[in-house]
Amino acid sequence: MHSKEFLKKLYRTMVRIRCCEESLVEPILKGEVRCPVHLYSGEEAIAVGICAPLKKKDNIFSTHRSHGHYLAKGGDMSALVAEVYGKESGCSRGRGGSMHIADPENGMMGSAPIVGGTIPLAVGAALASSIRKDKRVTVSFFGDGAAGEGVLYESLNFAALRKLPIVFACENNLYSTHLPIRECRVDDNISTIGKPFCIKSFRADGNNVLKVYEMAKMAVDLCRKNQGPVFLEFVTYRLRGHVGPDDNIQGAHTDIRPKEEVAVWLKKDPIQKFEVFLVKNKILSKTDMDNIKKQAEKEVQKAHAFALKSPYPKKGEVTKYVFNQ
Amino acid sequence: MSSINRKITYSLAINEALQQIMALDQSVFLIGQGVKSPWYVGNTCQGLLESFGPERVIDTPVSENAITGSAVGAAIAGMKPVIVHPRMDFMMYAMDPIINEAANWHYMCGGKSSVPVVIWGIVNRGEEQAAQHSQAFQALFAHIPGLKVVMPSTPYDAKGLLIAAIRDENPVIYIDDRWLYPQEGPVPEEVYEVPIGKGMIRKRGADLTLVSSSYMVIESLKAAQELAEEEIDVELIDLRTVKPLDEEILLKSVKKTGRMVIADGSWKNCGISADVSAVVSEKAFQSLKAPIKRVTLPDSPAPASRMLEKKYYPDAKNIATTARNLIKYGK
Repeated sequence: MHSKEFLKKLYRTMVRIRCCEESLVEPILKGEVRCPVHLYSGEEAIAVGICAPLKKKDNIFSTHRSHGHYLAKGGDMSALVAEVYGKESGCSRGRGGSMHIADPENGMMGSAPIVGGTIPLAVGAALASSIRKDKRVTVSFFGDGAAGEGVLYESLNFAALRKLPIVFACENNLYSTHLPIRECRVDDNISTIGKPFCIKSFRADGNNVLKVYEMAKMAVDLCRKNQGPVFLEFVTYRLRGHVGPDDNIQGAHTDIRPKEEVAVWLKKDPIQKFEVFLVKNKILSKTDMDNIKKQAEKEVQKAHAFALKSPYPKKGEVTKYVFNQ
Repeated sequence: MSSINRKITYSLAINEALQQIMALDQSVFLIGQGVKSPWYVGNTCQGLLESFGPERVIDTPVSENAITGSAVGAAIAGMKPVIVHPRMDFMMYAMDPIINEAANWHYMCGGKSSVPVVIWGIVNRGEEQAAQHSQAFQALFAHIPGLKVVMPSTPYDAKGLLIAAIRDENPVIYIDDRWLYPQEGPVPEEVYEVPIGKGMIRKRGADLTLVSSSYMVIESLKAAQELAEEEIDVELIDLRTVKPLDEEILLKSVKKTGRMVIADGSWKNCGISADVSAVVSEKAFQSLKAPIKRVTLPDSPAPASRMLEKKYYPDAKNIATTARNLIKYGK
């Protein structure tokens, strides 16, 4: 079905994201990384599965939890880590930090922590494509929390009216910061919200990278044929806190997720799940996977070294970039 | 008729700017409520749909947040959208895309992405439209880093500032006032820009500097004429852009006259008049012979009843009285 190379690439990207995210835990705890960081650990299958059918020129817009999207879309890891450290060499020159990761060159158009804030921006990028007829597809990543924002419904309606080439990709990790989804919505199935707008809507396991890819490929193909928009919901779980590494899983006072629930989801780790598939189908051996992990670790170390030796932005340039002069 | 002497109305000057710039630049498109309505936005959009089709002249559902956000997103993706809000009050639904996203975007991305969008808001004062169909929010937007705010008062500037705003690489809030739409004035037929950030002296004078913008320039001109008959020689500055302020033109004038009255079509607290006043007291304090005075709306929502409106909206008389009193100060 899929080529070995393709599956290997999916796996490698997931591992790169996980290694990169986990490498930030210690610097955060030590206070070396100070900006709010929303780690993507546990949700890698979604970014990787969705970005796999996208071309470089296709657009994605992201949220506060954007590192995975950035890396999956082809962003440079060193520039990402440098940004998180607030360095001039960061992908947003240290002006944005972890919540404003951007790489327009690779179609990662930007990210913002205002919940739902980038959804209409993504609709606008898709509108631009429909006017220019440039065949680009835009993906709007947002979380389950954004389903509480009115702008999502306005955006769905407008995108449907104009038949825009946009994939609404909802990463439902079951928590809106601290609040479980049952306290946010009567119906925990978010994919149904596309239906009143006559948008093709689907729901799938967000921890199964091949399932995600299959859905995303179908959605992107539809958009490419001017049969968008498409709404996709992927159910997943973050393995770290809402922000920073330490809430929810370490018995701290910020712990709000039941231990049993966390344990269940740890068993559904998307990377481990994919490893079982890869071994079973003789795509990769244990040694192959270890090598991929070692390579990823090396890349991460290089990224940190680059970030640490990079200079901070100059104080005298604090107002630089307010305007495009 | 020579181009220089041709006179058209303010609203048709806006229409001409859109017609010309959309013909020249395929990346410009117009989006918002009422752009294909024969009355919603006056005659500012007449003929555009016929010229450019529904792909680039997009009438929309009442969804200010998503539609403004879409314009911002299209700008990020390389287009040059103009989003119109026929009543500025409704822009409050779109504060996230304007302030959190558009204004901050270029900075947040370290200069790697720009938002060349024009957000056009129309002020609809008077005519018993009450508090939610009449508000002038220039100060709200002028407060925000990353936004430019222009408020043309003449047909010439209406066209030239709109073209400049569309060509600007940054988000520009373009505010006009429905009361200006029938005003006629000379407008060159060719494409031209009025520079953003530059005010203009509408009348030279030596005794007092009167600072104004948008519709208040019309009232200020009347006041200046009235005062001239009393041999009070007013210098009238039309700000044209309220963010960034043209500090040079303000300071130069007040250094000459020593007195300043500011007439702004919105509220006083933390308003444009407060900012102009602060700039002058910070940078030209020694030149002032009298306190700076302000003519603005009272600190109240707009009323409906025409009797209350007469009191609510300041006019040439209010401006002239304020100026007269200021001339007497210290004498």
